[in-house]
Amino acid sequence: MRQIPVIENVLSANDAIALENRERFDRAGVVVVNLMASPGAGKTSLVLRTIEALRPLRVGVVEGDVASRVDADRVAGAGVPVVQINTGGGCHLDAPMLRAAIQELPLAQLDLLLVENVGNLICPAAFRLGEHLQVVIASLPEGDDKPLKYPALFAQADAVVVNKIDLAPHLDFDRQAFRRLVTGLNPRAALFELSCRTGEGLSDWAAWLRRFLNRGTGGVGHVE
Amino acid sequence: MHELAVTQRILEIALEHANLAAARRITAIHLTIGDLSSIVDDSVQFYFDHLAPGTLAEGARLVFHRLPGRFRCRSCGHEYTPQHGLDWRCPACGEYGVEILQGREFTVDSIEVET
Repeated sequence: MRQIPVIENVLSANDAIALENRERFDRAGVVVVNLMASPGAGKTSLVLRTIEALRPLRVGVVEGDVASRVDADRVAGAGVPVVQINTGGGCHLDAPMLRAAIQELPLAQLDLLLVENVGNLICPAAFRLGEHLQVVIASLPEGDDKPLKYPALFAQADAVVVNKIDLAPHLDFDRQAFRRLVTGLNPRAALFELSCRTGEGLSDWAAWLRRFLNRGTGGVGHVE
Repeated sequence: MHELAVTQRILEIALEHANLAAARRITAIHLTIGDLSSIVDDSVQFYFDHLAPGTLAEGARLVFHRLPGRFRCRSCGHEYTPQHGLDWRCPACGEYGVEILQGREFTVDSIEVET
């Protein structure tokens, strides 16, 4: 019997492809945002509102879902290039999936690529895609305790968006308590409160994104 | 929640190294898994038992070395291991902001083989 040392990170194959993706994005000059949230938080609504708010900047979209083209069809209606990834049960997008998807996108003609991850607050945290920015979307009906329950994702985000603030009068969501949890966990995260339904608060979010687009990909970076 | 894919990768890594060593059989695979990696041992074992038959790793023992999370509180500097279902809150000052020192590891450390 012999013991052979290995010391190999189980996720290193994914991370290597994420790095390749990142190099492609940088060469194409496109800023890539990984949007992560639970199902129903409003990821696709935020994608649509963002496309609208940033016109005439050119936005592309990758939609990740377990099944169906429902989201891609909604986004295609906005007249932007979109690719749907169906994970067929997979609980997150990974770097090889994104690599395959971007073959179908005119990367060099885009300013921004929004990648809508599978609705899940756990698994997407572990898989880098090659993105420049990680954004977590929470929403009022989910409750203000989500950063307590899924701290890993909130702790690594570059920005946290709280959607559906138009529902505040009907719900017990404590916005101050939520803000305290997020800034405690992650003091460098930008925090936006908005409503994709009414449009309230969207201009701050769009202005934040614009700052990265104007800077070019050179200065942007999510580094673990 | 994604243990099938990561277990496939664990098996691939073990088989690559066993082939390099011209091993006849893998008898054990040693893994280190941080408690913050959201990987569940039983689930890895379950998928391994399905994936390994017919490979050099058939019948191999999976040895799990768990690493607890280690945090440093950003408010008071206290270093601690999260308790009670991974509550991240600092037990010294009650604040909720940490630097992660340990707990995200997920590696194949070594394999035991018969040559």
